[in-house]
Amino acid sequence: MIRILSLFALLAVWVVAAKLTADPQILPMPIALARPFWSELISGDLPYHLAMTALRVAWAFSLAMSIGLILGLVMGIFPKIDKWLDPWLVVFLNLPALVLIVLCYLWIGLNETAAIIAVTLNKIPNVTTIIREGGRALDPNLAAMGKVFAMRRRTYLRHVILPQIAPFIAAAARSGIAVIWKIVLVVEFLGRSDGIGFQIHLYFQLFDVAMVLVYSLSFIAVMLLVEWLVVQPWERHTRRWRDA
Amino acid sequence: MIKVKITSKNFGETAVLRDIQFEVAAGETVAIVGRSGIGKSTLLKLIAGTDTSFTGTIDCSKSRSIVFQEPTLLPWRTTLQNITLVHETLSLSAARDALARVGIAGKDDMFPGQLSLGQQRRLSLARAFAGRPDVLIMDEPFVSLDTETASEMISLTEKLIRDTRPATVFVTHSEDEAQRLGDRILKLSGSPATLV
Repeated sequence: MIRILSLFALLAVWVVAAKLTADPQILPMPIALARPFWSELISGDLPYHLAMTALRVAWAFSLAMSIGLILGLVMGIFPKIDKWLDPWLVVFLNLPALVLIVLCYLWIGLNETAAIIAVTLNKIPNVTTIIREGGRALDPNLAAMGKVFAMRRRTYLRHVILPQIAPFIAAAARSGIAVIWKIVLVVEFLGRSDGIGFQIHLYFQLFDVAMVLVYSLSFIAVMLLVEWLVVQPWERHTRRWRDA
Repeated sequence: MIKVKITSKNFGETAVLRDIQFEVAAGETVAIVGRSGIGKSTLLKLIAGTDTSFTGTIDCSKSRSIVFQEPTLLPWRTTLQNITLVHETLSLSAARDALARVGIAGKDDMFPGQLSLGQQRRLSLARAFAGRPDVLIMDEPFVSLDTETASEMISLTEKLIRDTRPATVFVTHSEDEAQRLGDRILKLSGSPATLV
């Protein structure tokens, strides 16, 4: 309930700003987006571009989370490896997203592979940094317990390691989704011929603020649904033992 | 069942244990006593195989169980899963029997956080004995319990040891615990610590 009220409050700020601006070309009223939204939806353009961006986000998210999870755990558990890889992590953390995107397009070409690799490389350092903290915080007594009872490696990973780093995975996933889709938009803006980023680029050139907002807000809505329907229920599931 | 021949154990430049030799037969219980910080827990870690950086040899069956100072359970898994995940070949009914033997039957689906500290200790004992280990290692298993609960737990452990007959090594500060559970008492003393 509070979340819905909070979103309505944001909408109210928008209405006030639109009133003060008094120029629909700069900032249209929220209701003025209904017609362009509907026409894009009916024409199939909005679902198509949403799907293309969602696909890139899903690919980059899965790759970045998988690679970052492994790297972060290895660096968190093995301090010697951490010493070797930490300078690389700092370099990649501080490398501007735009540089990686441009380099990937230059080296690999203006194609889907380059786009997804560019986004993935941008996100891996963040996931690694968060998961590394989880690896460092693993309980040594549980490690000793697993060793003495000779727990199978798979069982140990699934039932001892993963539950301990679940809060860190949730934090990385949440910030991951938020950051990745923004980087995907830049990637599409610069070098793809479909997706929300491409459409924003198109309507930017046409100075059509309403269409820029229609596409942006549609994707934000999709991401909010992912957060509410996937990330939060999963997080609640992993935390149910705390609330019992 | 356990043969310990430790020439030395160091932490950096500091020697902690020196020339420690003893054996524990199947069904025998050995208590290790000594002042705080002397190296009792370090010795147990060497026997448990969680610390392998020492000079010497330790022959010990692979069928080992451990009871820590703290219950050291998986708080995100149910009571029953705390048994079955550690002993994967154990049937569900055998796991339930293990819970019943320590007096926490019917709490299968509860999480450890929903149990009292005494019940968590019982669960830790159930986990240790469920696999009928050849070797049992206990590191001050009754510490921070009130006298009455500690006495109950010692009686329970005595019964479980009698039924399962593992070679048992345990560390304690309490003379009473050492006398009640131990067939033999070994004392660590000096610096680096040796058996006296």
